[in-house]
Amino acid sequence: MRQIDPDFLALPLRQLADAALQRARDLGAEHADFRLERVRGETLNLFDARLEGSMDADDLGYAVRVIRDGTWGFAAGIELTPEAAAAVAEQAVEVARVAAAVNREPVELAPEPVHAGVTWVSSYEVDPFSVPLKEKVALLADWSAGLLKDPRVDHVAASLMQVKEQKFYADTAGTDTTQQRVRTHPVLTAMRAAEGRFDDMRTLAPPAGRGYEYLTGTGWDFPSEVALLPELLEEKLKAPSVEAGPYDLVIHPSNLWLTIHESIGHATELDRALGYEAAYAGTSFATFDKLGTLQYGSPIMNVTGDRTAEHGLATIGYDDEGVATRRFDIVRDGRLVGYQLDRRMALLKGLGPSNGCAFADSPGHVPIQRMANVSLLPASEGPSTEELISRVERGLFILGDKSWSIDMQRYNFQFTGQRFYLIENGRVTGQVRDVAYQATTTDFWRSMEAVGGPQTYVLGGAMNCGKGQPGQVAPVSHGCPSALFRGVKILNTVQEGGK
Amino acid sequence: MTPQETVERALALSKADDCVVIVDEGSTANLRYAGNTLTTNGVTRSSRLTVISVTGQGVGVVSRSAVRPDQLADVVAAADLASREAPPAEDARPLVGPAVSPDWDVPAEPTSIGVFSAFAPALGEAFAVAETANRKLYGFAEHVLTTTFLGSSSGLRLRHDQPTGRLELNAKSPDMTRSAWTGVATRDFSDVDVAALDAGLARRLDWAKRRLDLPPGRYETLIPPSSVADLMIYLYWSAGARDAADGRTVFSKPGGGTRVGESLSGSPVRLSSDPAAAGIQCAPFVIAHAGGRQRSVFDNGLPLSSTDWIHDGSLAALLQTRHSAELTGLATTPAIDNLIMTGPDGGRSLDEMVASTERGLLLTCLWYIREVDPQTLLLTGLTRDGVYLVEKGEVVGEVNNFRFNESPVGLLDRMTEVGREEHTLPREWSDYFTRAVMPAVRVPDFNMSTVSQAS
Repeated sequence: MRQIDPDFLALPLRQLADAALQRARDLGAEHADFRLERVRGETLNLFDARLEGSMDADDLGYAVRVIRDGTWGFAAGIELTPEAAAAVAEQAVEVARVAAAVNREPVELAPEPVHAGVTWVSSYEVDPFSVPLKEKVALLADWSAGLLKDPRVDHVAASLMQVKEQKFYADTAGTDTTQQRVRTHPVLTAMRAAEGRFDDMRTLAPPAGRGYEYLTGTGWDFPSEVALLPELLEEKLKAPSVEAGPYDLVIHPSNLWLTIHESIGHATELDRALGYEAAYAGTSFATFDKLGTLQYGSPIMNVTGDRTAEHGLATIGYDDEGVATRRFDIVRDGRLVGYQLDRRMALLKGLGPSNGCAFADSPGHVPIQRMANVSLLPASEGPSTEELISRVERGLFILGDKSWSIDMQRYNFQFTGQRFYLIENGRVTGQVRDVAYQATTTDFWRSMEAVGGPQTYVLGGAMNCGKGQPGQVAPVSHGCPSALFRGVKILNTVQEGGK
Repeated sequence: MTPQETVERALALSKADDCVVIVDEGSTANLRYAGNTLTTNGVTRSSRLTVISVTGQGVGVVSRSAVRPDQLADVVAAADLASREAPPAEDARPLVGPAVSPDWDVPAEPTSIGVFSAFAPALGEAFAVAETANRKLYGFAEHVLTTTFLGSSSGLRLRHDQPTGRLELNAKSPDMTRSAWTGVATRDFSDVDVAALDAGLARRLDWAKRRLDLPPGRYETLIPPSSVADLMIYLYWSAGARDAADGRTVFSKPGGGTRVGESLSGSPVRLSSDPAAAGIQCAPFVIAHAGGRQRSVFDNGLPLSSTDWIHDGSLAALLQTRHSAELTGLATTPAIDNLIMTGPDGGRSLDEMVASTERGLLLTCLWYIREVDPQTLLLTGLTRDGVYLVEKGEVVGEVNNFRFNESPVGLLDRMTEVGREEHTLPREWSDYFTRAVMPAVRVPDFNMSTVSQAS
């Protein structure tokens, strides 16, 4: 198993935590927690095989969060001395004092066992920051150059995003955790103007909780996927425009993960359901009074939240409130049975312990309830994607994500994709274009007639799910099989634009 | 070590041919609330050092936070090494300079929770009033102060102080079926009248007591300044000259080149940016922490001045670096951090536009705006927090929400009235863009694609 980097462990983690927590106690805090965090990120962007921009950045700092007189106080600082940490704790208490004027609901936290002195490291082989920049640029440039040799490609964009996140957490109850994880996302996009149109075709490789080995053959076959792009792009440029109307859809995991994210993941965040996000991202149709009764989807629909899935982007051992992470049910047999929680939400609604969904994206931000890896489970003996397609007389097979939008209660959504294949009499007959599918969340999930077997399951996801004010980005994975939906509304996007 | 000393020491440490050093001293304070009570809050401090080394035509960019004096040499060395290893950058140009800001030596002053010392009690009072009147208030107040110090081996010593404040206030009925939103941008919260804002929301919640259902379709629609801002900001972000020249965007000319000079609107509308615009002042020089399609690290320090993106209804300029300007043969017009839209003189207020409407929809805000087709800039998104039906000059009730599919470029061509411009806060993009002056506009046939059940 990999170890936490020595240079992170060499930081005065314990000394700073002790100084901050003691100062908070001295000032009357009922609870205090300390989180020191370093997030290192590297992004590379190439265009036509040439480096267009790169950035190697890190964010190091610490945060103190207190509850005093039933009111939150939060402050964050950057100076790594015990005196400065104590001063930040004082600021946090001062914030609580000022904020008490606007607080009308005392803050309490669900109990959690003490986890003292524990460490956790994610599953990866090669630290992406151990690989020289020029090696990464050369690999992306090589893939890009190969595409540019093909006459069916005008331009190629390539990008690589890599993150290493290290966290030390300690609280006044006695928990202290030290954790490290990495994530990686390479993307290649081929572009061409032809047939009076411009279009592009992108790799479907999802971001993953893996190291640099992800680019060199572990977890994804990039050379094979990249090699297919020119042909796929050419076919898309020549494809006929879709005829609008209802279609049966077979949706590949490379597209369905995003629909899960928007229509299930966010909709089952309890802070949203309770209105805590109401002024910003919105609330949820899946309100608390519907827990246990709402028929979210068809009886074959089973969805879990899981912060323990290997290579998941939201996977970690302990959340940012010191809660041990776990897997839990959200939808069982099509019915809403659970929410994603943090400690305050869990206690507020009497749901027992938190299921470990508190997360802050930087040392300067307060932890809020963020998404676990929310995944649709496959059928244990379920069909292949081809078998699902064979059940469709007239429909579309959808791969890859592109545009997405959903309303503030997670009812009405509209998604596009990378590739849309027409299905006629159980067979794929070729690409069509200008497609968007539009539905209401519960109508859509209730129209799901079949889910594929484990052989169709893919862990997709996003590096940058946005939520909260001030805005925070969180990495999250969503696994799912291919699935069959009946009678979904398809729009022609050219007609929607008034053409 | 002061930020200015950090700049000087980093420049001295660099062994590259050229070097740009940016230090951002940041501080924030925020209050977040829901259901008439506080949910989260906080104050933060940050300090970020960005070193951009240039060796030959290779560039290395390394950015680190909370750099201690004993770590400075390592950061500079990492940027120097990256510049030596990097392939030649096609946007490489001589660095800008020299130039010195008169206040270069002045220390950076952070914001603090004290910025809310008068506002927080007023907000608490608004909560009490709302509770009594059976309303719930939700929202966010934030103040961010960033001081940027930019130095270079070419003699730049530039500094910019950027205060950014915003208040978002959302009122709901207890059953959450009626909702109204308002927001304001501010530099210091001294000009925020939370009671007046709450009263305006209460008026709209009253409008919503009568509920009307309308089907999807194309409606005459009054789009308020905040929503116009959200649409025009997307247009602005999509106005990169390189992407247009490559044939990728709505601003590409079929067959090659850009559409600069083409008419986009029959109305004499102007879309512009000006770093000196009153109330929405922003950095008067380029600050580029990393290179990309629309920015070049070599342009750091380039002076910015009032720029028309659309003039008299015609596309006047695109977002340019010096490099892309050479490629396109157009003027160097880098991005500026504010946006202003004006129509003909004598534009009316939104209330006056409502009063002269026979039958139409009045929006409050647009949300979850995403691009569907870059070549037409077709966007999709939703209405939220109040769509009202106007008949014979009066608001007669609240209508269900809709999903729209529309292009802001198409709207420019089809709008039939441009109102009086005012300072506004974009609803969706306020995380990234707060400095906007926009009018309300009237569109005769806004495409409400489907109904959204959300309330």
